[in-house]
Order: sequence, then structure tokens, then C-alpha cells
Amino acid sequence: MATPTIEEAGLTGTLSKGRKVRNRVATGLMGTALLVAAVPLVIVLVLLVNKGFHLVTSANWWTKSIPSNVAAADLADKAEYFGIEPSTSSAIQVTTGMWPAIYGTLLITGLAAAFSIPLGILAAVYLHEYGSKRPLARVIRFFTDVMVGVPSVVMGIFLYTIWVVPLGRGGRSALAGSLALACLMLPVVVRSTEEMLRLVPDALRQASSALGAPQWRTIVKIVLPAALPGITSGCMLAIARAAGETAPILFAIGSVTAVNWSIFGQNTALSSQIYSNATQPGGTEIAWGAALTLILIVMVLTVVARLVTKRFSVHFAR
Amino acid sequence: MSALLGGSPTALDAVALEGSPGMQRADRAFRWFTAAAGLTVLVILAAIAVSMTQKAWPAFRHEGLDYLVSADWNPNQNRFGALAMIYGTVVVSAIAIVVAVPISLGIALFVTQVVHRRVRTWITTVLDVLAAVPSVVFGLWGFLVLRPWIAEVYNSIADAVSGVPVLRNVFGHSSGMSFMTAGLIVALMIIPIITSIMREVFATVPANDRDGALALGATRWEMIRGVVFPHSTGGMVGAVMLGLGRAMGETIAVALVIGASPQIVANLFAQGEAMPSIIARNLNESAGLQTAALIGLGVVLFALTILVNIAAKRLVRRIDARTLGTR
Repeated sequence: MATPTIEEAGLTGTLSKGRKVRNRVATGLMGTALLVAAVPLVIVLVLLVNKGFHLVTSANWWTKSIPSNVAAADLADKAEYFGIEPSTSSAIQVTTGMWPAIYGTLLITGLAAAFSIPLGILAAVYLHEYGSKRPLARVIRFFTDVMVGVPSVVMGIFLYTIWVVPLGRGGRSALAGSLALACLMLPVVVRSTEEMLRLVPDALRQASSALGAPQWRTIVKIVLPAALPGITSGCMLAIARAAGETAPILFAIGSVTAVNWSIFGQNTALSSQIYSNATQPGGTEIAWGAALTLILIVMVLTVVARLVTKRFSVHFAR
Repeated sequence: MSALLGGSPTALDAVALEGSPGMQRADRAFRWFTAAAGLTVLVILAAIAVSMTQKAWPAFRHEGLDYLVSADWNPNQNRFGALAMIYGTVVVSAIAIVVAVPISLGIALFVTQVVHRRVRTWITTVLDVLAAVPSVVFGLWGFLVLRPWIAEVYNSIADAVSGVPVLRNVFGHSSGMSFMTAGLIVALMIIPIITSIMREVFATVPANDRDGALALGATRWEMIRGVVFPHSTGGMVGAVMLGLGRAMGETIAVALVIGASPQIVANLFAQGEAMPSIIARNLNESAGLQTAALIGLGVVLFALTILVNIAAKRLVRRIDARTLGTR
């Protein structure tokens, strides 16, 4: 904002009272809007840290299996001290671990990234480097935008219909969950990569062609490396979003309490642990811990993506 | 490449410029390879539509038009009328939009028109964090913390309006699980989405127009009304529509707080059910016709969100053509 507003210029004395009041009220409402959105966020984050910190900082949490007896322990608690607030130290020993779900989230998200990112980058290369304004590229671009808007639960149902229904219960696996997440990530990767390819100066492509490089070598050796930081950041944001998703994997991965290293067979994830424990008697503590862990993973990915973006924007500034 | 490098610089003939046949073949292969990757998007979308419709078909055939116009959802008697769920989705997204749009608009204006650039970075970070909180975490908070607290708020509102004819029906007594709770949480989740699009739209307002208005003595608010809004109408509509699309599909948070009772009632504080939430809760445990009916809800949801997204694109283009003279 180069030009100062009338109040910044100190000329408010010339304004009528009505105009001054209206301006101040409008500005105040804008600031209030920010507060209204920020307050719940702060409350949620503080609660998460408050309720989950002691779990997330214990070694058991990152190494042990998920307790399958929380409901039983809760019941025993309530039976023993009926009417008194239930405590966690009860007759039934509960070891609260979350390692299987942490591993599951990393496995499923990692697989989904491995499926969707190469495919998405290639598709974006087609859209920007080859297709540009051709009919096919326009159609693909249009439907990619449409696919970005498809709700994540639809991807879950889709995988359920083509994978779990034909294969039966045995079809539920980390692989199936990752395919659903990949469907969710693909259009996001395509669109963000295309935006980044657009930022690569044409002079680079022309210089490469002038040296006699065929177009595919120009793309692989010049254009993609130049856009790499931007593409990386877009992909990490897509991964971060996918890691927090519950709906797509809800019908696809099944549930286990011990770690399952394989991409086949039932598995579990942090998001589905939060969902199932939220409503389970005695499970709320675990749910808070899992939520804090999930937020930590998502935040780390998001922050790294932002840092990469920052470096990239310096790269091609003007 | 070798043809070019091998010859002298003056020997650049047509053959060298077009490359050897092998080079051309490699280029064409790579091009097809990338085109195939692009086509997978179309293939997946088509597969989603076909496979879901196919699996949902038994329910559509069993119910006929009743699937969409009947509110009788009773798996035990094989009755699957989805109207109550459609109603729930419409009500929840309407609440979310009504709450989220003014807030997003305020934040976007605040960020782009009012504050200093350094403050802007901070606010953007807050919004990024808000956008990064997974749906299920908001759901957990809504279910365990917000629900009991907000039930008292609802009930005191209900007591306050118990004598007023229409309001009495819209704001009734509540357990905390309700359309309203779900709508508020969804609003929180779509605020960062709508805000970020509106921010981009406001950033495209030409600095000359803004400076001109300010130089003529307009207050900041008058400048926003006279310059920023007219220039951004299309983009703002687009942002709202995208937020709406996202709100309709929001699943897990809604499933945790809406209350799982398919009913069509005016009371916004009453328990309800939405399309994505009943799918999330029941699909794993369903069988036979119920599975088909739940997948059918997915088809309806899929179709609705696609329609909203396409309508958004067209609307934005139409409004921009009228207000900006662009195509």
C-alpha cells in the first residue's frame, strides 16, 4: 500500500462524523473476524498440548502397541469406584502406546505419495509443456479442478467399491488406504506442479533448445530441476493434508492394535484411532494423545513446505 | 544432440534442427507418457462415477424416486429414503457458509487492506495452521469439549425465545449434538479456504485504482466498497462456492457432533444426520441393500459437489465478463 489512507495521512479532521464512524466500525469488524477465527484455534491447540503432552513425551507412546483393554479398564474403574471420577491406575493395567498407528500413518501416507506424486508431476508436465491450450489439456485441466473438489469420503467409498467389496475383508490393507489417499492427492499435486512450471522462465527452455536438447531432455534436465523447490513444497502440502485425512481410509484399512509392517493385511492410522477412541469409553485420553501426535506430524510437514517455498520465491523474484 | 554438436556451428541445417529420428522418437514417447499420466485423472473420475453408481444401483432400483424424496430411512425394514440426510447436508453447509463467509471476508480484507506486511505474514501463518488441523481433531474437540458447553448456550437461547412464534421452532432445546454444532465446526474448517481465495482475489485489485480512490479522499472503507468489491465480485462468489463444496463433503467432524438421527426438523439445535456422516458411521457395518443405499448417498454427494464446482467456475466467468470485461 503505497498511498497512505486518509487516517494515516492525519487528515481525518476533514471527514464528517458519519464517514469516520463507518470507517472505524468496518475496520473494527475486520479485526474481530480474525479474532473469532483465531480463538477456537488457540483453544484447540492449547487443549491438545494440555491433554496429550504427557502421552506424547513418554517412550511407551512411540514404541508400544495400542491398548485393546481401555474399555474394560474403564468399566472396572467405574465398577470399583462407582460415582467417583475414574482414574487411569486401575486393576487392569493399561499400557498406552500408539506406535502401530504412527507407523500406519507414515506407511499409508508414504505409499500414497509414492503413487500420486510421480503421476501428478508427469500429468502437470503434459498440461504445461505439451498440451497447454489443446482441447485434451483443457479437458484434463477442467476435470482436475473438479476432482480437487470431490469430497474425501467419496474417495473412500470408491476404494471400498473397487477393492474391499470384491476382495472381501482381506482386501482391507495399508495398500487400499494409500490408493484412496493417492486419488485425493493426485489432482492437488497436478495443479500445484503446473503452477510451479508456469513460474519457470521461458528463457531457460529456449536456451536449452538452442543448445540442441530435445524437448524431453529440456524438461527433465532443465525445467523440472528449476521448479523442484516449488514442486516439493506443493507436494508436501498435499502430503500434510492427506496425513490428517480420516474419511478416505475409514473403509479401506480395517483396524489392528499391534504393528503390521506389511502393506497387505489390516492396518491402522492415527486419524482412525482418534475417530474410534473419541466415542469409546475410556478412550478419550488416547484420542487426545493421537490428535497431538497427528498435529505434530502435519505441522512439521507444513512448516517444511513453507520454508521450501520461501527459498523458492527468492530464486525467481522478478 | 550429437548431430548438432558434431558439425561446425555454420552447418545448422534443417535436419540438425529437427534432430535425428531417434531423438524425435524419444520425444514423442515422452510426450505420450506424460499424456497418459494426464489421462489417469479422467480415468479415475470416470471409474469413481461408474463403480459407485453400479454398486448403488440395487438401492436406486429398489426405491425409485423415493430414494430422493422420501425421508423414511429404516434399514431394518429395507426402507431407504435419503431426504433427511440431504436435508441435513443442506442445513449444515448453509449454517457453515452463513457463519464462515462474513468472517473470511473480514479476515481477507483485514490482511490485504489494513495491516502492515509484517503482520500479514503472521496472520497468514495462523490461517495456515488452522487449515492444517485435521477434520478429525476438530471433531474430537467438538465432541468432547464444545458439545457439553454449547448445549447450555443452546438451551439458554431456547429459553429466551420460547415465547416467540417462529424462533421458538428454530431454536429449541438441545443435547449439544446438532445441526448447529456441526455447522459451526465446518465453518471453522472452511474459513481458511475461503479466506485464502478471497485474499488472492483482493490482491489482484490494481494499485492505481486503490490509490486513486484514497487520493480523492475516500476513507479506507469507502475505497474497499468503491474499488475492491466491484473488482472482486466474481472471485468472491467463486470463493464462497468452493467453500460450499468443501462444506458439503466434510465428513468426520460432522459424524462426531451431528447426532446420528435422520430427521427433518426446523430446530437447528436438534440432532440430525448428513450424507457423509451416515456413510462414515455405517458403511463398514452394513450389508446388502443398506450398503447399496449408503454408496448411493456417495453418488448423490459426488454429483452435488461436482455440480457446485462447475457452477462456481461458470458463475465466476460470467460475473468477471460483466464486471471486468474479461473473458
